[in-house]
Amino acid sequence: MNPSDVVFLALAALTVGSAGVVVLARSLIYNAFALLFTFFGVAGLYLLLGADFLAATQLLIYVGGILVLLLFGVMLTHKLYDLDLKSEVQQFSAGLFILVGIFGILVFTIHRTPWRVGPGRAPAATTADLGREFMGAWLLPFEAASVLLLVALIGAAMIVRRRKEA
Amino acid sequence: MIGLQHYLLVSAALFSLGILGVLTRRNAVNVLMGIELILNSANLNLVAFSRYGAGNLNGQLFAVFVIVIAAAEVAVALAIVLTLYRLRRSPNLDTADLLRG
Repeated sequence: MNPSDVVFLALAALTVGSAGVVVLARSLIYNAFALLFTFFGVAGLYLLLGADFLAATQLLIYVGGILVLLLFGVMLTHKLYDLDLKSEVQQFSAGLFILVGIFGILVFTIHRTPWRVGPGRAPAATTADLGREFMGAWLLPFEAASVLLLVALIGAAMIVRRRKEA
Repeated sequence: MIGLQHYLLVSAALFSLGILGVLTRRNAVNVLMGIELILNSANLNLVAFSRYGAGNLNGQLFAVFVIVIAAAEVAVALAIVLTLYRLRRSPNLDTADLLRG
């Protein structure tokens, strides 16, 4: 086993293990902090795949933005005096059945599909190339995504705004 | 030797766990965490295909768009959860039955 394989196994174990805590732990705060480690693990896997810009984006947006937003959601939807923020799990056996079924089908498909592995892209700096692609062939989706983000943020502010009673 | 299929396996595990979270949790914030796991697994697939596929960056470009969608989704979803909490004093999804006749 060469060192990169060991790193991959460690990151995969971190990612899947903490994802298990996200799904299974009863405490909402544990869920949120386990999600932090899942995002870190996925960012590490991105680095291992040579996607340096995406790894930094993952840390900035998921850890810095989405996770903080989810923590706000936890705090705002519970009374602040609740020390143990518990979350109920229901119909666990049926969910476990579906988990095993979906995972089995996916593993079967991954092993049976003859993946067309191309020459691949050797790990190299991607930021300049990504920027050139965004400003070139992908300009229209890029602009559409910016408009979508603006509309979503304005819409979110509109939804939570307290309306005056008519 | 670690290859494409190993990354796909990790992604499949993340996806299944996310499905389990979405299906079994009552708390809306927990369901959102499950959705984040699912989106991350899709991203991992895209980046892995970009690394081992035809040698271009298209997978990573798609992953950036998925991250944008995830940010928009979580903002709108949390707004809805907060509004629901204000109406029903509970973050549980089974209290969202206002449209029931």
